[in-house]
Amino acid sequence: MYQTTYHRAASVSDAVKHLKKSDDAKLVSGGMTLIPAMKTRLAAPADLVDLRHIPEMRGIAVSGKTVTIGAATTHAEVATDARIAKACPALSHLASHIGDPHVRHMGTIGGSIANNDPAADYPAAMLALDAIIVTNKRETPAGKFFKGLFETALKEDEIITAVTFTVPAKSGYEKFPNPASRYAMTGVFVAKGKDGVRAAVTGAGEDGVFRSGEIEAALSKKFEPAALEGVSVPSDDLMTDIHASAEYRANLVVVMAKRAVVRANA
Amino acid sequence: MSEVSMVVNGRKVSGAVEDRTLLVHYLREHLGLTGTHVGCDTSQCGACVVHMDGKAVKSCSILAAQASGSEIVTIEGLANGADLHPVQAAFKEHHGLQCGFCTPGMIMAATDMIRRHPEGLDEATVRAELEGNICRCTGYHNIVKAVLAASKTMAKAGKGKARKAA
Amino acid sequence: MGVEGIGARVARKEDKRFITGAGRYVDDMVVPGMKHAAFVRSPYAHADIRKIDVKAAQAMPGVIAVLTGRELKADGVGNLICGWMIHSKDGTPMKMGAWSPLAVDRARYVGDAVAIVVAETKGQARDAAEAVEVTYKERKAVTDAVKALGKGAPQLHPEADNNLIYDWEIGDAKATEAAIAKAAHVTRMHIVNNRLVPNAMEPRAALGHYDKAEDHYTCWTTSQNPHVARLVMSAFYNIAPENKLRVIAPDVGGGFGSKIFIYPEEIVCLWASKRAGVPVKWVADRTESFLTDAHGRDHVSEVQMAFDKNNRIIGLKVDTIANFGAYMSLFSSSVPTYLYATLLSGQYDIPAIHANVRAVYTNSAPVDAYRGAGRPEATYLLERVMETAARELGVDPAELRRVNFIRQFPHQTPVILNYDAGDYEASLDAAMKAADYAGFAKRRDKAKKAGRLRGIGLSCYIEACGLAPSAAVGSLGAGVGLWESAEVRVNAVGTIEVMTGSHSHGQGHETTFAQLVSDRFGLPVDSVNIVHGDTDKVQMGMGTYGSRSGAVGMSAIVKALDKVEAKAKKIAAHLMEADEGDIVIENGELKVAGTDKSVPWFQLALAAYTAHNLPAGMEPGLKEGAFYDPTNFTFPAGCYICEVEVDPETGRTEIVQFVAADDFGNIINPMIVEGQVHGGIAQGVGQAMLEGAHYDPASGQLLTASYMDYTMPRADDLPSFKVSTSNTPCPSNPLGIKGCGEAGAIGSPPAVINAITNAIGNNDLTMPATPQRVWAALKAATKH
Repeated sequence: MYQTTYHRAASVSDAVKHLKKSDDAKLVSGGMTLIPAMKTRLAAPADLVDLRHIPEMRGIAVSGKTVTIGAATTHAEVATDARIAKACPALSHLASHIGDPHVRHMGTIGGSIANNDPAADYPAAMLALDAIIVTNKRETPAGKFFKGLFETALKEDEIITAVTFTVPAKSGYEKFPNPASRYAMTGVFVAKGKDGVRAAVTGAGEDGVFRSGEIEAALSKKFEPAALEGVSVPSDDLMTDIHASAEYRANLVVVMAKRAVVRANA
Repeated sequence: MSEVSMVVNGRKVSGAVEDRTLLVHYLREHLGLTGTHVGCDTSQCGACVVHMDGKAVKSCSILAAQASGSEIVTIEGLANGADLHPVQAAFKEHHGLQCGFCTPGMIMAATDMIRRHPEGLDEATVRAELEGNICRCTGYHNIVKAVLAASKTMAKAGKGKARKAA
Repeated sequence: MGVEGIGARVARKEDKRFITGAGRYVDDMVVPGMKHAAFVRSPYAHADIRKIDVKAAQAMPGVIAVLTGRELKADGVGNLICGWMIHSKDGTPMKMGAWSPLAVDRARYVGDAVAIVVAETKGQARDAAEAVEVTYKERKAVTDAVKALGKGAPQLHPEADNNLIYDWEIGDAKATEAAIAKAAHVTRMHIVNNRLVPNAMEPRAALGHYDKAEDHYTCWTTSQNPHVARLVMSAFYNIAPENKLRVIAPDVGGGFGSKIFIYPEEIVCLWASKRAGVPVKWVADRTESFLTDAHGRDHVSEVQMAFDKNNRIIGLKVDTIANFGAYMSLFSSSVPTYLYATLLSGQYDIPAIHANVRAVYTNSAPVDAYRGAGRPEATYLLERVMETAARELGVDPAELRRVNFIRQFPHQTPVILNYDAGDYEASLDAAMKAADYAGFAKRRDKAKKAGRLRGIGLSCYIEACGLAPSAAVGSLGAGVGLWESAEVRVNAVGTIEVMTGSHSHGQGHETTFAQLVSDRFGLPVDSVNIVHGDTDKVQMGMGTYGSRSGAVGMSAIVKALDKVEAKAKKIAAHLMEADEGDIVIENGELKVAGTDKSVPWFQLALAAYTAHNLPAGMEPGLKEGAFYDPTNFTFPAGCYICEVEVDPETGRTEIVQFVAADDFGNIINPMIVEGQVHGGIAQGVGQAMLEGAHYDPASGQLLTASYMDYTMPRADDLPSFKVSTSNTPCPSNPLGIKGCGEAGAIGSPPAVINAITNAIGNNDLTMPATPQRVWAALKAATKH
């Protein structure tokens, strides 16, 4: 790891202050992606601003049909929260399968979304749930937030403080993990809400998380796994790597979607 | 440099470290607690697992500065004096270790797992929850056995205590 | 059998320190004044080194020294060597290219060490290593062994034309061709044995300390055989004469073969310690381990197996190309020859065998012994062919094996080995029973109803352990003898230290070796300490690999115990005025048989050391040493049966049952033996389904250089295993034991692949059988 200077922020405004003072600062929350990247010298921020101790960024609130999760809330907290389990079990399921138990004790929803790893789980949920990403500056719908590989709509000095979404009628998530890293090699989040069906795919797209029109069209007709029989998705824009070809991923998209629907209907 | 202070295995410690110092290196090199190991660079093998504020975390992916102010328990602090922790005892009894390198992380992970599952554990759950700990020697067979046995022992002991309290 | 003697499930003595965090590995060692090293490594698979500019690095904070290969050569440090001479079939010796511990003119694989930086902290050393400016001129690289033999392939070493190290053969080519020509059926296969990275959980490390006042070196290193390390570092690398070099391998976190070899880093750390005037510690990170630990396997073979009309095998022809990587590692040459081709008879009576093996340089990490070393490659080839032949012939795979089993012992194979004992049918029957082989069809039908494809696969393996005797391996080209030494030191209070040349890095020697002593004298294992891993404490040893610690290492202890016992009995007879032949040792006492006379063990020991009343002319003390050189290899064998279910939609395979029935001869501690089998199976399943080192063919970059891309078996990839043992005692060592360390890794890969191919109805599947590959194979099968 290269040299870096650590700053512990006491509040969101304090964090912004630190960000502004440095030419090359990065925010760290759980650090489960950033610290390993720094260890292998793939990331080398001059300054690190720690968000883990900002009370206003932590916690879960469920009010009526609206769920709000503080950005510094850990995966373990989301996975074990009884209100989330009741409102959106698919999200509990998703959170309980990120990384491993130790990673889930540190990693946070805000960190995962801000990093927008093309194989991360949360972006698929945010996109399918049509969630709002709340920052210190504005509110952005997930559809406009995720911009490509590791890219988001976040501007400099902008910090995700929370995410919020309306509880869907039904939702389900299923992922096929990469055998080595255990990140999603393909994960599909399906949600049936008042505005119809949304299906978001992670781990598969060359440009990161995306919505699958083919899956959504089929499930809009009938929200049943049978509706996906014979459906295929194009492999053109899917990733190929040593673990999975685009063609294989295209197959997984449909299979995972089917299984996500089974979960959603359970 | 950052000033860090924390409670490690019940003892207050503090010192100045380079900001880039990982918690695991602080424990190993500054405090001489070499029971916590480093087996990979990508936060996957789990040889470095310690408890931070009561939860299992990977000390190779946390800066000492991030951990400042917290309470840390390492493998060296798990036993109660001369008495082995039930998880330690179970690993020995069931031959849940061979070369011993992954063992501290395994044991810290297992104690955390048992804490999170007061309802008890089954084999599938134990295997799933060992996702963050890699062992190359045992094929996990006896580790799984040891964790299941320790979970039972601790549940019994817990009930015993509860009865006494009542 | 006493409660702690031979055959008892004694809990391990060494566990206490490991479960409390008190194990002491090389990275835990601290020497006053110790500094930290980082290596500058080639980012290219193949490149000329034009210039190394160390100025900027030397000026970095904390830097003490930056040293390159030119200085190393100037100081007379020798090249790394391969210690087993193989001659090609034309009689020429193998073509060993020069391997300098720090590359001087050319780098030949990604990770090849080019320079070392010594600095105050590890971080500073790494920072400075990045500041060393190396000017490379990139060359074309080749990582595939078959391509490396091809016309126009990049050439690695001037010594080896066409990258060919040797072209070796064994067996009778003519007889084999004749058998194939007259066969009723010939099964032909193209077999790929995938390249693996051993991945001991403790990364390699070295701490070199030069003591100027004493002109003496100490090296703490992650080694399976510290004595061999000292020998080789003295004799070939010119570090120092043996009396000026102490090598210590303390607790070592797994080896699996990868820590047998002497690597550049320990040599360079020792040399740099003298050059820089400080103790130098280097610890590999995981990616460095992936890049530079010796890899395993990587064979490509063509095979033909000929059957007569009764399904009896009449001939086996094998043509193998073995990838050796960029340099010849310490024992690399022996792996695809005497550890592989000699095992090609398997458990079968095959009258004619011929194998041709070509060893090839490529721009990849050196390849050497990894758990099983050659024997997994032989077993995979044979057992895939047997299963395939059974499918082609339309007979039950178990029955095809049964009709071809060797049933008379000793049995001379056509490929050197002479099997001394075994009962292959017993293992097969035990495995079939444990697996409920007969009930498989029902289980398959049930799975089918649930939308899953169930398959079953067998593997009947044999291996050769405890390579010996020394004269025999010497005649085959080994540069060392393969005996073992032991010393039993009875202290004046009766407690015992056993000094052994075997090294324990997970095998539990501190317990099993103590059980031997406990068994002999009726003493508690707690009164016995096993001392190993330090050239200052143990006179000489050959180390631990090839499942030799039991068959060879423990046999040496037995011989030393014999001598101690004989002397103790003499003293006891003298003290009790009895006949030496009437003395028996039981429960920690020496008794005169048939009387109530006895001397407690501790009193006997004290008598030996006070020497007040010893038989006339007897030397005081009670300490004996022995060297043991076995009379033959040992031949563990067994049968593994794997049952899988494949999810046809994703190709994901789940092992639903894994049965192992092994014959290891006599067993000292069944708990430890079972643990060895479990671990071996996990590595075998890893090879079959998960693991594979993958180089980018164009750039020669290792694409699987971390746990993000190299799939390590995790707990949820594996089931609990059903293991059992049977016993035909080994006649060639005093304990009748055969060795158990490698069996799991040898026997399991073909069982897994046979099961998966059985499930999906397509035999065309290469390891690792990843979900993608299984899915593709399944798709291909349904298209036809």
